Amino acid sequence: MLLVLIEHDRGVLGEPALEALTFGRSLAAKMNAACHGLMIGADESAAQQAAAQVGAHGATQLYTVQHEVLSDFGPEAWGESLAQVITALQPAAVLACGSERGNEVMAQAAARLDLPFAANCIDINPSDDLAGEGDAAGGGEGAGGSWAVTRIQWGGSLLEDADLVTVAPDAAALFSCGLHTVVSAPLDSLDPSLGPPEIQPVSVQLDAELSRTVVRERVVLESGVTLPTAPVVVGGGRGVGSADGFAALEELAELLGGRVGCSRAVTNNGWRPHSDQVGQTGTRIAPDLYIAAGISGAVQHWVGAMASKHILAVNTDPEANMVTKADWAVIGDLHEVIPAITAEIRRRKG
Amino acid sequence: MRILCCIKRVPAPGAKINVAADGCSVDAAHLGFTTSPHEECAVEEAVQITERGGGEVTVLTLGSVEAGEQLRYAASVGAHHGVLVASDGSSWDPQRTARALTTAIESLEADSGTFDLILFGNESADSGGFQVGVRVACALGRAIVNGVKGIELLERKGEVEGKGQSEGKGEGEARLRARREIEGGFEVYEFGLPAVLGIKEGINLPRYPTMRGRLASKKLQITTLELDCVAGGQKLRRLHRPAETVSETSILGQGDTGVAAAVDVIEGLGLM
Repeated sequence: MLLVLIEHDRGVLGEPALEALTFGRSLAAKMNAACHGLMIGADESAAQQAAAQVGAHGATQLYTVQHEVLSDFGPEAWGESLAQVITALQPAAVLACGSERGNEVMAQAAARLDLPFAANCIDINPSDDLAGEGDAAGGGEGAGGSWAVTRIQWGGSLLEDADLVTVAPDAAALFSCGLHTVVSAPLDSLDPSLGPPEIQPVSVQLDAELSRTVVRERVVLESGVTLPTAPVVVGGGRGVGSADGFAALEELAELLGGRVGCSRAVTNNGWRPHSDQVGQTGTRIAPDLYIAAGISGAVQHWVGAMASKHILAVNTDPEANMVTKADWAVIGDLHEVIPAITAEIRRRKG
Repeated sequence: MRILCCIKRVPAPGAKINVAADGCSVDAAHLGFTTSPHEECAVEEAVQITERGGGEVTVLTLGSVEAGEQLRYAASVGAHHGVLVASDGSSWDPQRTARALTTAIESLEADSGTFDLILFGNESADSGGFQVGVRVACALGRAIVNGVKGIELLERKGEVEGKGQSEGKGEGEARLRARREIEGGFEVYEFGLPAVLGIKEGINLPRYPTMRGRLASKKLQITTLELDCVAGGQKLRRLHRPAETVSETSILGQGDTGVAAAVDVIEGLGLM
């Protein structure tokens, strides 16, 4: 059985849950195994609400774990719960989304069970051809705890093929799938006729001490469009030249209902806050249009921007990496081109 | 306050990474090396905490002798002690790395006392396993939260405020508040020390070393620990580059001549 960790925030499924379920559906097919879901800290009504989506992704069982410690997200409490569920249900593999929470909970469970954990996989296969691994033959669900994975290194600019071998032949293997490698599946690829899964509570014993890392409070700084969800991002790099230079980018972003992003060089110069940084160590964006102004397109930046559906580059250098990777480019000084684009949009809007 | 920062030497981010002829390692011939960015911020944060409230910062790395450069760099920006857990320079899997770091930390703590705070980078810039800090914290039985972009150390609570827990102790437990970003804001965690945190870039802007710092770092005595641990279950087979997406860039024009076409594109995508 493949167990998919269904990420949720106080009962509400987000994109990570759908990414994991989508990936899980194809992995379960490769394993020739059933796909079951797990919601930690979800009550009956949250599970009921999630059931249709979980079922449409092919999961036939939805396990829930409830405990007073699980009043909100907590990495240690979720990790210990997952570890206990793995021990009780003995899935052949566990899959989560490679999100901040997904990777953290899987690392917690892996640490508690002393099992290997491969983060941010883009391909996972049960392996039956590992030489010298004892009783590893079999394939399918009885793959003997050995798996061949391809996972992301360097934020996606390099790939690693690795074997994941669990020490005990029947121990579960833990994976997370790469962020944004599986976009939520188009709805027509799902099967609503599959019906909701059977909901089944699993009990866990949690030490009260685990509540120490449960979320205490949330602070909302901004509502509305955020960098990861903005339909348009206007990004600026070293070429913007100063903090003040971003005013023109702000104006264009606001006009298009988007957000301003920037490269690491910009945050290192203190021109913009780090929360605006697009890249491997910043935010990953996936807008309909990324307008990249004065950005050379170093690997560190590119891996954060590569999920953009379309890219329009504005750069003085026609050989810049960002220009060659863009769909469209205007060759010129962003300090002239960006205000001119803003003015032209205003003119057309009338 | 005794703070330990666990850091990793990695090729400088931004460079194009090529795979060496063996297919299993990075071709380092033309690469500069640095401290993994999240960890550089962890060192800066530790130094700032001790500058405010006193204490000492120890940096620890697992790697080849060359990783001593990163320990010296940390010393040049204010760290006090450097520890090298010597490896052959090959890439250790996450379980083996965590076992070695745990053993090293236990040995350092047996000699000179518990670290109040242990900081890791959220993930390394190169292999990005997202787990070594968590494994070490679990092995040490300490709380850990990843993705931290803000730390606030709380005053030790006196008996008055301390909900009866401080019975028999002169003072309450030292605590911290850690912030991590969520969409549109942040969430807050609060727990007692000793604790472990996974730090993310953006928590601060790391300083550059001063000339005086550079000179002082040359005198850093690096403690070297020799230890080995059994390998874990993740075995690297091959590194390779993903297929490059070749895009046909359509040049809309030079300067002002491209503006109308650019706006056509924006309009065509239905974004106006």
